[in-house]
Amino acid sequence: MVRRRLLVAVPVLIATSIGMFLLGAASPIDPAKQYAGAAAFTATSENLDQIRANWGVDDPLPVQYARWVGNLLQGDLGWSTSRHEPVTAVLGARAGWTLLLVSTALAVVLVSSLVLGTLAAYRRGGLFDRGLRAAAYAVEAMPVFWLGLAAIAVFALSLGWLPAGGLTEVTATTTSAADVARHLILPVGVLAVSQAPWFLLFVRDSVAESLRDDHVLAAKARGLPGRTVLFGHALRTALLPFLTLIGTHLPELVGGAVLVETVFSLPGLGAVTVQAALGSDFPLLAAITLVTTAVVLTANLLTDLAYTAADPRVRLDG
Amino acid sequence: MVATAGEPDTLNPVLNFGVDGASLIFDGLVARDATNTLVPALAAELPAVSADGKTVTAKLRSGVSFHDGSPLTAADVVFTYQAVLDPKVDSTLRSDLDMLTTVTAPDPATVVFTLKYSYAPFLQRLTLGIVPAKALTGQDINKAGFNRQPIGTGPYKVESWTAGDRLVLAANDTYWGGKPANRKLIVAFVADDNVRAQRMRAGEFDAAELAPKLAAGFDNATGYTVQRVPTADYRGVMLPLTNPVTADPAVRKALAVGVDRAAMVTGILAGAGEPAFGPIPPTSEYADGSAAGNPSADPAAATALLDAAGWTPGPDGIRAKAGRQAAFTLMYPASDSLRKELALAVTADAKKVGIKVNPEGLTWDAIDTRITRDALLMGFGTPYDPDFVSYKLFGSVFAAQGYFNPGSYKSPIADKALQDGRDQADPAERKAAYATFQQQLAADAPWVFLTYLKHTYVVKAGITGVSPRVEAHEHDVANSLWWNINTWTRS
Repeated sequence: MVRRRLLVAVPVLIATSIGMFLLGAASPIDPAKQYAGAAAFTATSENLDQIRANWGVDDPLPVQYARWVGNLLQGDLGWSTSRHEPVTAVLGARAGWTLLLVSTALAVVLVSSLVLGTLAAYRRGGLFDRGLRAAAYAVEAMPVFWLGLAAIAVFALSLGWLPAGGLTEVTATTTSAADVARHLILPVGVLAVSQAPWFLLFVRDSVAESLRDDHVLAAKARGLPGRTVLFGHALRTALLPFLTLIGTHLPELVGGAVLVETVFSLPGLGAVTVQAALGSDFPLLAAITLVTTAVVLTANLLTDLAYTAADPRVRLDG
Repeated sequence: MVATAGEPDTLNPVLNFGVDGASLIFDGLVARDATNTLVPALAAELPAVSADGKTVTAKLRSGVSFHDGSPLTAADVVFTYQAVLDPKVDSTLRSDLDMLTTVTAPDPATVVFTLKYSYAPFLQRLTLGIVPAKALTGQDINKAGFNRQPIGTGPYKVESWTAGDRLVLAANDTYWGGKPANRKLIVAFVADDNVRAQRMRAGEFDAAELAPKLAAGFDNATGYTVQRVPTADYRGVMLPLTNPVTADPAVRKALAVGVDRAAMVTGILAGAGEPAFGPIPPTSEYADGSAAGNPSADPAAATALLDAAGWTPGPDGIRAKAGRQAAFTLMYPASDSLRKELALAVTADAKKVGIKVNPEGLTWDAIDTRITRDALLMGFGTPYDPDFVSYKLFGSVFAAQGYFNPGSYKSPIADKALQDGRDQADPAERKAAYATFQQQLAADAPWVFLTYLKHTYVVKAGITGVSPRVEAHEHDVANSLWWNINTWTRS
């Protein structure tokens, strides 16, 4: 099954990269002007033409694409014109932080939404349930950006418990794990809180639903303890659609991460992606798109594998 | 510990880092003091200009070494300037060094620049940081590791640079200008204004650059001082002479007297600015006071000008002449909120005198296609020499060439004055030439100059040695309030 999925992934990645190049070609933005920044207003047009010629960005699109693929096959992702660095260096320095932020936040979201959602469903209509739902709806209405600034105002400025931004202490010369962890509490927390309502409400509704299912009622009737019924029967039934939700929600989580990175001044992929898009930086955009596509494909594969584990009736290879 | 929004793309002067000096890591042959007056840096004295103005000779300061210990020689200077001129190097500085033909080193302590034509402000172009030839010879300068881990001669050497986060600099104890008083300097890159303000408030930074309205929040806070630093960075409306409405001098002049610059400074810039009446800032020795006007709007004068030129008010209050409405489009870059607010203020002021302005926010690539036909809210300016921007912006030979003179302003008097300012070596004659230029520009009004900006910084109390100087548009690691941070002390 895994092998077949990998075979499908190759054409998907090729199509994505071609789409990327076509979009880039349709962009009216001049990468040389973007590169020059404020100097674009004082540089002569011969000067900018020479820079474009050095980069080969005025070559026909198929030529540029062939060159890019050729380099890619040799393990060279190219040179980022917006970052002035090899693309591999940009990804190497930044992808890790984004991945750490997204995966930690996702873990927090999953655990907390499963536990809290199930408890709320169990005491449906109770004070806890109503409070939780009200909070979830309220948070959903708040932009991530605003949540981030509010968290800084409360936890960093008023209470002084946590740092307001950055990856390490401003005076630190090395990157120690404890320091980074302390700096990631707020960003991870904000990202998790902003993404949690969806998952939480979903878990609550589907567990509440399945608590009324025949097999759960039957289990209850047999006199099984409440906890076993709740987590062993009701939650398990509700888990399947939940897995699908994770897969479809991953892009939104990445989008939230971009905003959180901006608010907390974290050196992740977020800011460079925006910069690459604004600067028509083909090589960097293509690489980021490829990496993201690969991550989403892998996540989908993992979701499907988890499906088979959660429900033996599901078989992926017909 | 200082914080700024702008992160450099590279730390290599050849590729445009800290071109105007004060880069903390590099030195040019010359530098600028607190009044922006040229003083010798890596040159032992100000370079000598030959009588015909085409040969400039610089004697190097002796005993200067790079951060890696290797001595500075004339070969390094030659290498730096040749790299800028090399077409294979992606440097936009080439446009500024049009006049330079060759750079040679007759001996290890002497550099000779040969120019195509005499260029009075050439010494101002020698603030470019000098890079060690040894570290870059034989490499692709565009992609060299040097660009992120550079070696210079300046007061600070680069310890580490985490892109998107911070630049850590350590004192260079062998600095020719004396040991830096601050052992370590960290420049934090925080792109968002609100976040930077909050982190400043949390006490993380010693100094931070903030937007005027956010900086004003620190005015009454104890423990901080707010610095409002004058700049040469102006904003104004470029009025194309190819547009049938703005081609009429009466319309242009009516706008020039009809806009309320004082209200823009207080309302839009939160006081961090001053009214602008021309492209040469009032802080410059070349500024001509007679070209300045009234900072407040004078609608009576504006309507009198329009009446005299035959623009009569229609039933809707919009004036018209020979069946043509006094209406034109004013473009502004949509992502620039300051220019948007200024464009809207111009629109409102113009309406009061019967001119209809249609403000339109666009991206730069959309603006580029219409720049020769429609008015545009533009910004330019440099404090160093009046020739730098104005020569191309108002010279008739540059008419309709991209961002140079897009409105096709053509005035033989302004052309001659700009050329004289460039050709004449005598400061008094240059001053006279630029006075003529400013008066002609005020008479023709091809632009309606609105305001000069001030850059605002918040500094922790107890820091001494802060010495603001008139800034250019670009200010990040280099050329900010902290241009002399190596001499700041804390009480």
